[in-house]
Order: sequence, then C-alpha cells, then structure tokens
Amino acid sequence: MKRNTSIIRSYKNKSAVESAAQIIFICCAFVAVLAVVSITAYMIVSGTPALAKIGITDILFGTVWKPAAADPSFGILYVILTSIVGTFAAILIGVPIGVCTAIFLAETAPKRIAAIVKPAVELLAGIPSVIYGLLGILILNPLMYQIERKIFADSETHQFTGGANLISAVIVLAVMILPTVINVSESAIKAVPEHLKSASLAVGASRMQTIFKVILPAAKSGIVTAIVLGVGRAIGEAMAISLVSGSSVNLPLPFNSVRFLTTAIVSEMGYATDTHRDVLFTIGLVLFVFIMLINITLTKILKHSNVEE
Amino acid sequence: MKNKVSKIVTLVAAAAMTVGMLAGCGQSAAAPAADTAVADAEVPAADTTASDLSGSITLVGSTSMEKLANALSEAFMQQNPGVTVSPEFVGSSAGIEALLAGSADIGNSSRALKDSEKEGGAVENIVAIDGIAVVVDPANTVVDLTKANLIDIYTGKVTNWSDLGGEKMPIVVVGRESGSGTRGAFEELLEIEDQCVYANELDSTGAVMAKVASTPGAIGYVSLDVVDDTVIAESLEGVAATAENIKAGNYFLSRPFVMATKGEIAEQNECVKALFDYIASAEGKALIESVGLITVD
Repeated sequence: MKRNTSIIRSYKNKSAVESAAQIIFICCAFVAVLAVVSITAYMIVSGTPALAKIGITDILFGTVWKPAAADPSFGILYVILTSIVGTFAAILIGVPIGVCTAIFLAETAPKRIAAIVKPAVELLAGIPSVIYGLLGILILNPLMYQIERKIFADSETHQFTGGANLISAVIVLAVMILPTVINVSESAIKAVPEHLKSASLAVGASRMQTIFKVILPAAKSGIVTAIVLGVGRAIGEAMAISLVSGSSVNLPLPFNSVRFLTTAIVSEMGYATDTHRDVLFTIGLVLFVFIMLINITLTKILKHSNVEE
Repeated sequence: MKNKVSKIVTLVAAAAMTVGMLAGCGQSAAAPAADTAVADAEVPAADTTASDLSGSITLVGSTSMEKLANALSEAFMQQNPGVTVSPEFVGSSAGIEALLAGSADIGNSSRALKDSEKEGGAVENIVAIDGIAVVVDPANTVVDLTKANLIDIYTGKVTNWSDLGGEKMPIVVVGRESGSGTRGAFEELLEIEDQCVYANELDSTGAVMAKVASTPGAIGYVSLDVVDDTVIAESLEGVAATAENIKAGNYFLSRPFVMATKGEIAEQNECVKALFDYIASAEGKALIESVGLITVD
C-alpha cells in the first residue's frame, strides 16, 4: 500500500475524474458565452426589422417621437443625443470628484479619515439605483423647480417641468458612477511603483507636484479605464433616471424634460404594440452598439497599457 | 490519504451543485402544475357545498385594471375553491398579445380593442367603465375646468394658472407614456391625440399621483378610483368627478374596462364562462362598484 501513494487509486480513475471535472468546467463556461451570443443574436434579429421598415435615417436622425399617432413617427435622434450628452456631463462632474477622492484615499488620507471614506464609498456602490431615483425625486426635483422658476420667471416659451430635467438626471448619474471611478482609479494609483514616488520626492518635488506630475501620469491607463467603466455604467442606467428626468422626448438642454435610450425602452415597453414595439427593440440595439463600442475601447486601452509595460 | 478524500469531496460537491441547479430549474417549472393537481383532487371532498368547478384562469393585461382583477380573482376563488385565478399586469397591449398567443385565458384592456386585435380573434367584453380624473396639487385654487381649458393646457396654449383664474404659477403638464391606456383614453376623449405637449411622461399611475401631489402647479390625469386626498380632483364643466356623474353620463372623461376573450364567451371553457357569469351577477356588480368602477348593463 505504501508504495502506491497517488491521490487517486489508479491512473485510469484519475484521468476519468480529471476529464469529468474538465467537462463540468467547460459546460459552466459556456453558459456565459451562450448568454452573450444569444443576446447579440436576439438584439440584431428583433432590432433590425424596424430599421428596414421605417428607414435607418428616419429612425436615427428623426426628431419627432410620436409612436402611437395615426401617422406615427419614430425619430430617436433626441433620445440618442440625450444619452450622449447626459453621460458626458455626468463624466465631467463625476470623474474629477472620483479621481480626487481616489488620490485622497491612496496618497494623502490620514488613516482615521480613510477608515470613514473607504466604507462609505463601498456602501455607495451597493445602494440600489432606485434609491438614487427616490432621493432625486424628493431632494433634487423640488430644488431644480425652484431654480427653474427663478430663471424662467419671465419666459413665455419655456415649458415648466417641475424640476424633472437633464440636470437632475446628470447629478444622479454623476453620483452613481463615483464608486466605480474611485475604486478603479484608487487601485491604479496604488499600483504606481513606490520608487517613482520616492525619486520624485528625493529630487525636491513637493507632495502635490509628485501626485500631479508623477503619480497621475503613471496611473493614466488605470484612470482611463475608470472613466470608460463609468461611461458604461452611466449609459446603461435606467431606473434612477427614469424617476428624475421627466421622460419627455426633447432636445437635451439643461432645464428640459428628457428621455434617455434606457428610459425610452423601460417607459413604453408595457403598452407598446406592432411597429412601436419593434422600434423599442431598435433602441435596445442602439444602446447595445454603444455598450459594445465602450467595451471595445476598454479592451484596446487595457491591451495598449500592457504593451507599454 | 487526506488529500485524496478532500479532492473527491470537492468534486462531489461541484457535481452536486451542478445537478442541484438543473433540478432547481426543472422543479420550479413543474411546481404550479403540481399545485393545481393537488387542489383539484382535494377540493370536492373538502367542501361539497361550493361549486365543483376546477381548473385555472390567467388574466393578463392592463395595469389600470389591477384593483379590479385582483378583487375579482379573490372573490371568484373564494366561491370556486377549485379554480385558480392568476392575474398579471403587463399593460393592455401586452395582455391582448398574450391572449392571442394563447398564454392567457382573458386579456385585460383598459381601452377599446384595436381593429388589428379584433381581426386576430379577440372579442371585446366590456365589464366596467372607468372614469379619468384630472388632478392638481392640493394648493391649487382652480377647482373647475372646461373641456376647452383642458385642451388648451395639454396642447400648450395655456401655460400659466393665472390665465384660468388662479394664482400666477406655471402649469406643469404631467401625463402618461405613449401607449398607456389612460393616455390613449384621455387624448381620445378630448380629441387631442398626439398634439399633447407633456413636460413629464411618467410610466405609472402612482408616479403621476406622486408627481402632481408634490409639485406646485402640476396637473395630471389618473383613474378615478386611485384619487385620494393628496391631490384635488377637478370638476369638469361644473360636474364633479364621481361615479354617479359618470354613470349618469354627465362627466365626459370615462373609458371602458375590457376583459377580452379569444372567441365569444360561449366558446370558452367552463371556468371562464363561470367567471363572466359571476361578473354579471349582483355580487359581481357590487364588487365592481367596490373598487371604484361603474357597472355596465
């Protein structure tokens, strides 16, 4: 007995167990692949008929959204623009705050304060999006309505929205992307080799000079990744902004009630029929293409940074 | 030896988990069928006075009809313990779609059926009439609107309450999303289909109520039966928004609640027929009134 100390009794048994395990792992791995492939196929199959029926330009570049009219029109240009503008604005607000928080956490925070900020950020990441939306309704919308009434007090043409506007949605999105941006850029900053920092400090650079001239450039690819992930989160969010944005199809101006790609699908899917329903799938396809582009960009960035190192 | 045991344990656990997952899926799909079978077998023996009808009915459709469908299914199941009535609320169009696809026995629609739906085989059975209330925030001093006022407000011709005899306050026009039964009914009744200029297009009755209640100067429309004291229901052309007035035909914002079947009621199975008999009975009518709707004769 002592001579035969293999874990499994014989070579044959061993290989059977090995290959069985291998098959189980392959099956599990294919669940994800199957999901991606079937979603892609489904989006293309259900999203393209409307494009062919109504015409790509009429859908993508039309500005009138009247899906249930006797003479319906399915232009989603404003919806696409809203998603782009809203996401971009949320990034403009969220990324500087997020990166600064990351610098604070990684470099300058006293231990006691970091012990408060770090769990707070993690908690923020775990809050369901509908809660952000509720807070937006309770706090942001009334505030925006007061500002709106002051700014447009004498306007004859402005349509009052009661505070449900692009700014509210952008603020909610900016807060929602914070955890992603903070966590990813913090690990990027922490991954900058210690000797770079020491060298910079040794030649007499101040702490802030070191952070902005040495550490941030060195962590650049990580921070860009954080931004791209933030874009992905912002463009795909539906629940929170459907509560605060007003959901009317308008040009994305700060005080207009606006509709995003995601909220366009959510808000009308329940009652849509026929072509209207098909167009909602087309909107899904447009969103899908956006997300794919973001993912490809992300992969490119990651590859690029690997090559650099 | 220890290593070997732990390896085998891990493998067995992994296999068990995989099997468990598969079994879990199978079970959940089979469960409802098993439940019904058990119910069918037990009920006649347990309660001989109740009807011996057994089976299941699925009601799928309008979210506006949620209150009615829930009350109806509860009362009907109490009377016929062998029957399972399961209401689902996915929207009028989705409900009729489910009916025509065969996945529902009854399609609930809070609007009259479209021609395309009737051509598909759906039969329109109007079971009740719903009134649409025009609601404003509680601080608003305007309490009566004419049909012309409503049209002007919703098409964007009038944008301030001062033009209607109220305070100087902008009007925030709140409505439902395109395709909603309430919106369809409202615009159709006012003959302003697709001319409305909404500042807010919300996707549920509750959201409209919340928005109007919390926004000074807001105006919105909802089913009459959900109106509560967080908002003011406007009277229209001097007629208050009450069930009596709608029944009498004086209040012009009202719409049918349809429980559509695929083919005539007479062609349906016994359970569905019994459900429609119940709706037509005095008890059923009392129920319809109890959820704030108006009965039809």
